[in-house]
Amino acid sequence: MSDASFTASTVRKDDAEFGDYFALLKPRVMSLVVFTALVGLLAAPVPVHPMIGFCAILFIAIGGGASGALNMWWDADIDRVMKRTKGRPIPSGRVEAGEALGLGLALSGLAVIMLALAANVMAGLMLAFTIFFYVVIYTMWLKRSTPQNIVIGGAAGAFPPVIGWIAATGSMAIEPWLMFALIFMWTPPHFWALALFMRNDYDDAGVPMLTVTHGRRATRVHILVYTGLLALLALATAFSAIGGPIYLVVSVVLNALFLRGAIRIWRRNEADSEADNFAIERRFFRLSLLYLFLHFGAILAESLLKPFGLGGWA
Amino acid sequence: MSFDKVTHELHQRRKSRNVGLGLTLAAFVVIILGLTYVKITSGAFEVPRGEVQGS
Repeated sequence: MSDASFTASTVRKDDAEFGDYFALLKPRVMSLVVFTALVGLLAAPVPVHPMIGFCAILFIAIGGGASGALNMWWDADIDRVMKRTKGRPIPSGRVEAGEALGLGLALSGLAVIMLALAANVMAGLMLAFTIFFYVVIYTMWLKRSTPQNIVIGGAAGAFPPVIGWIAATGSMAIEPWLMFALIFMWTPPHFWALALFMRNDYDDAGVPMLTVTHGRRATRVHILVYTGLLALLALATAFSAIGGPIYLVVSVVLNALFLRGAIRIWRRNEADSEADNFAIERRFFRLSLLYLFLHFGAILAESLLKPFGLGGWA
Repeated sequence: MSFDKVTHELHQRRKSRNVGLGLTLAAFVVIILGLTYVKITSGAFEVPRGEVQGS
């Protein structure tokens, strides 16, 4: 068959590129998964062979990406409505929903089996549970049924450091759950700030975000309360086995800034926010990204300095 | 009459997909190879001494 014989019926109008399938894996979310899982793995008190550590992080990332593809498959209808998501591969027509489902299921199976083989079965099972939690509990069930969707769903994004820790040690401990709690408590203020300035998106899609169900005033109060609880937790972590003086200094500064931002958001009303196009809310959202990155960076620094007798309190 | 191959944007997209998939599979093979080597040399698959003597 020559090239000239191609007809409209044999050629799909929007054939996907490799990058479109990669975009299904939500690379930006995957980068957070990689970083937090890596910190969990390196903060563990058991040394891991670099190749096994690399494979563990890779398959945790692939598992996270697979759940992203399954999320996009299920949420294609609301992604079409929201400004922030309508350029995604399925709503834009570059990839079919069935392809995303197939890719997500295949990569989920591959990631779980390979993590169990590369690290240990417990880590593989934990990854399987995380994918199940994100896709079934959060995406299919909670996201469209309760304004607490972000709070409970945030747990899915908090599992990677726990999986990283288990991949290294093969057992549970309190420290990875502190890292879990850090991400878990951080997620609601992070997403509620986003919901405040992307306001029409969730309304249009009918997703029961707190801003839609309880109003924007209640969302501002919730951001302040959760930020206060997060600050207590983050500072308490400084005195655990994964904390230390570096972490404490970083945490004090970041929590002071984060609390200041939350108080400013709480004190504002809609007229104030609209006057400067939600500048404070946007700044708080950007700071939240730095907040999580630097907290985990500090945990990593404490653990990397331990062999030199510098990390931690000892 | 020209025999130049007709190129279409579609071909570029398909090529990107094929090359990407090929490289991904090649990387996967290398990873499995490396992981197997590390597992074998680190003694992860060593049969306990008692079992060897007992058989």
